[in-house]
Amino acid sequence: MAELPDGLVAIVKRDCPTCNLVAPVLATLAADSVPLTVYSQDDPTFPDGVRVVDDRNLQMSFALDLDTVPTLLCVSGGREVARTVGWSRDAWRDITGRADLGETLPEHRPGCGSRTQDPAIAEAHAVATLLPKLHSRRVELGEEEDDAEACFERGWSDGLPVVPPTPARVARMLTGTTRAPDEVVAVVPPDLVECTVEKVAINAVMAGCRPEYLPVVLASVEAACTDEFNMHGLLATTWFSGPLVVVNGPIARAVGMNSGVNAMGQGNRANAAIGRALQLVVRNVGGGRPGEIDRSTLGQPGKYTFCFAEDEAGSPWEPLHVERGFAKSASTVTLFAAEGPRGIIDQLSRTPESLARSFAACLRATTHPKLVLAFDAMLVVSPEHARVFRDAGWTKARLHEELGSLLQIDGSEIVHGAGGIAEGLPEAFAGSTLPKFRDGGLLIVHAGGGAGLFSAIIGGWASGSLGSEAVTVGVGT
Amino acid sequence: MKSVLLDPTGELAATTTVAPSPRPPSLDGKVVGLLDISKARGNVFLDRIEEHLVGRGVTVRRFAKPTFTKVAPIDLRHEITTQCDVVIEALAD
Repeated sequence: MAELPDGLVAIVKRDCPTCNLVAPVLATLAADSVPLTVYSQDDPTFPDGVRVVDDRNLQMSFALDLDTVPTLLCVSGGREVARTVGWSRDAWRDITGRADLGETLPEHRPGCGSRTQDPAIAEAHAVATLLPKLHSRRVELGEEEDDAEACFERGWSDGLPVVPPTPARVARMLTGTTRAPDEVVAVVPPDLVECTVEKVAINAVMAGCRPEYLPVVLASVEAACTDEFNMHGLLATTWFSGPLVVVNGPIARAVGMNSGVNAMGQGNRANAAIGRALQLVVRNVGGGRPGEIDRSTLGQPGKYTFCFAEDEAGSPWEPLHVERGFAKSASTVTLFAAEGPRGIIDQLSRTPESLARSFAACLRATTHPKLVLAFDAMLVVSPEHARVFRDAGWTKARLHEELGSLLQIDGSEIVHGAGGIAEGLPEAFAGSTLPKFRDGGLLIVHAGGGAGLFSAIIGGWASGSLGSEAVTVGVGT
Repeated sequence: MKSVLLDPTGELAATTTVAPSPRPPSLDGKVVGLLDISKARGNVFLDRIEEHLVGRGVTVRRFAKPTFTKVAPIDLRHEITTQCDVVIEALAD
């Protein structure tokens, strides 16, 4: 930090009426015995009659963390001992010890914003401050090398072009979080690499994120790398699944996420880039690449990116994160080991009983109509279907309960050979009744556009301690 | 102008290749561990292997991972390395 001179210190700018108002006061103080140092943020000839230190580069202003000019300080032994902002006759008299100061001025005038608060200047300063804190290996490209092609050639891409992660872009990305660049976010499988905030920021740049998405990406990485979520197994499985990020709480709207028309589809930058950033972290930091640790037989397009927000405002029910123990005002990500979505059509049901039966019939086919308990699922109920439950006063708990009853399956229907199909359970289960899903194995969220009597099932993967547990983590700053 | 990019990877040092352990010339007097990763029907395969090995007078110890979706717990790995000379893992369904 720049050295602070002892005595009185004032920071002003010409482009501030209050600073102009106090200019004569500063001239008076300058003639006094107590040393006065005046810093000007925009014009070193202002105020007249006072020796001014040029602070157009805002070095002192940033060091003092100013938000308002004029600011008056009293400094002793190089340390700030008193501060006032704007013009307050009493406060200025207290600090200067001059009981007659500003007799002709009004008692009080608020100040103006310090130039350090100008968003463009604040960002440029933050970037300049963060740049020296970046410690990732610098990769210098060849003179003729195209930077987008270079990222492909180094194996950093998921198959689509990435935004080349220049130090300036990464520093700008890091302005989106209060966390230090070298803070470890998680240990990322399969290589079990300690992943710093900086590494997440690099991959977020590549994925196309804006800085304000970074806290959501950080929370997603943290959630994905828990033992319960089991990202290693999710990568290694031959099944289709990949990490789905469902975002809840105020952050979703704040960063412009889509929970409405085409919520699970293309076209929204936040949805697309957040899910993609998580996948790039797993690929680049963790080393999880298809054909290596990722052994999926067919994969699915959601492994590029799969992220959407729940439509909480239009939902008849408590949102997912509230159901999972968070306050409604909290922002969270819920990670779910997901297949791609498949549709449910029901354009005729006008009662919740009938619609629940449609849901149950379709849910039964998840993985295979004859397989039970091993896999979880998420049901995404659209607004037009949700209206049927709202109108009938069905809570989400009621829907869970009804689906639970409807999905009790007679063992004789699902043993080996039943229905002429070899797939199924051992003969010993013929006399029993089995639930399709384990307790807590079906998640329900609300999303989608206002037109369409369609909902969706997102199949899961091996459930719970056998494979993956859905994990909800709060989004920080 | 030359661009400079920040490395998005884990920056792991070049991984050194671990050479496979030398194969024993014979299983005589050796303890063979059979590790079932808990995929369906892996036990069927290992039962047959055990029959063959026991028929040849080899000592066999059976182990199983709690779930095929996760890496073997460290205690299990320790148990196998301290009790066995050789291990056979049943990977597939």
